[in-house]
Amino acid sequence: MGLESILFYYFAIVIVATAALAVSRRNPVYAVLFLLPCLVHIAGLWLFLGAEFLAAIQIIIYTGAIMVLYLFVIFILDLGSFRTKRIIHQQKSLAIAGGLALIVQLVVLTIASTFPGPFGPPQEVVSGGNTQAVGGVLYTDFLFPFELASLVLLVAIFGAVVLARKESEETSS
Amino acid sequence: MQESAILGYLPILIFFALAVAIGGGMVVVSTFLGRKNPNPEKISTYECGMVPFKDARQRFDVRFYLVAMLFILFDIEVVFLYPWAVLFTRFDPVIFGFVEMLLFIFVLLFGYIYVLRKGALDWS
Amino acid sequence: MITLTHYLVLASIVFLIGVMGVLLRRNVIIILLSIELMLNGVNINLVAFSHYLQNMTGQVFVFFVMTVAAAEAAIGLAIVVVLFRNRETVDVDEISLMKW
Repeated sequence: MGLESILFYYFAIVIVATAALAVSRRNPVYAVLFLLPCLVHIAGLWLFLGAEFLAAIQIIIYTGAIMVLYLFVIFILDLGSFRTKRIIHQQKSLAIAGGLALIVQLVVLTIASTFPGPFGPPQEVVSGGNTQAVGGVLYTDFLFPFELASLVLLVAIFGAVVLARKESEETSS
Repeated sequence: MQESAILGYLPILIFFALAVAIGGGMVVVSTFLGRKNPNPEKISTYECGMVPFKDARQRFDVRFYLVAMLFILFDIEVVFLYPWAVLFTRFDPVIFGFVEMLLFIFVLLFGYIYVLRKGALDWS
Repeated sequence: MITLTHYLVLASIVFLIGVMGVLLRRNVIIILLSIELMLNGVNINLVAFSHYLQNMTGQVFVFFVMTVAAAEAAIGLAIVVVLFRNRETVDVDEISLMKW
């Protein structure tokens, strides 16, 4: 087993273990804290795949910003000490049946389909780095989605301000 | 090609391993070697400082959430600037790249003005 | 040798853990976290395909997925804050106003 295999299995095991731990914790603070190493290891996996820029972005956006936002909300609502009567949802049997169906589907599809072997990194990467390659496609072929992304963010700003501000306005007036 | 690409990150991996080994090693070694004779004063939150007057786990103001949320959305905006910045001289007419980013930033600037006008960042 | 199938299997496991989290858990915050996990499973797939098919489009797509995930987290958590303010709960079984 080469270095590549060892590192891949290390990353894969940590990702799966922390993800499973994250969704099974009763306390949401622990869930977020277990999801952090999971996301960092996914970023590590992307380094193998030659997506250095995305690995950096994953750490900046996901672990640095989104997970912190989750923690903020848990602290704001004081959910660390919030106890639900049961962790598991009422529709347990239905959910497990749906999950099993998905597992079967994914296993069959993954085994049945054949993929060509590794080709190495995309051609565009060869000239310049991964960041240039992503940008080169993003700002030419995906110009319209890029501008639309700004509108998505704008709507998110409006929505979050309007939704979350209510209480502080009431208390100040 | 693949092996060499991974080997390029080997120093970082060694760095991480060393960081974990040193950081974790200090904790482990100190738990085994350190002398422990605790008393109530010693294990209080601030051994020499103010007396804690209530539980740290209390509800925070929702304005903290608003700041964090706005940070994320503008963080994404900045992230979009990285690949644009490294590519800037390569846009075919440079003005094309300039105008498309200007449009993007103006749309989000409108959101920023909205936030300011709405007073979401006021702390009084 | 690590092939594309390895990455696909890993991505499907991560996605499935996310699905089970959404279907089984009752805490709204955990459900939102599980959705992030599902998005990450898909992202692993997209980057793996981008690498093995020599096409940058997958990576650009991941970029957009992250943008939407950030917007989704901001709005979703704002809704959770409002929900908690009105109902004093984050339990989806107790949020059943629309149930018949």
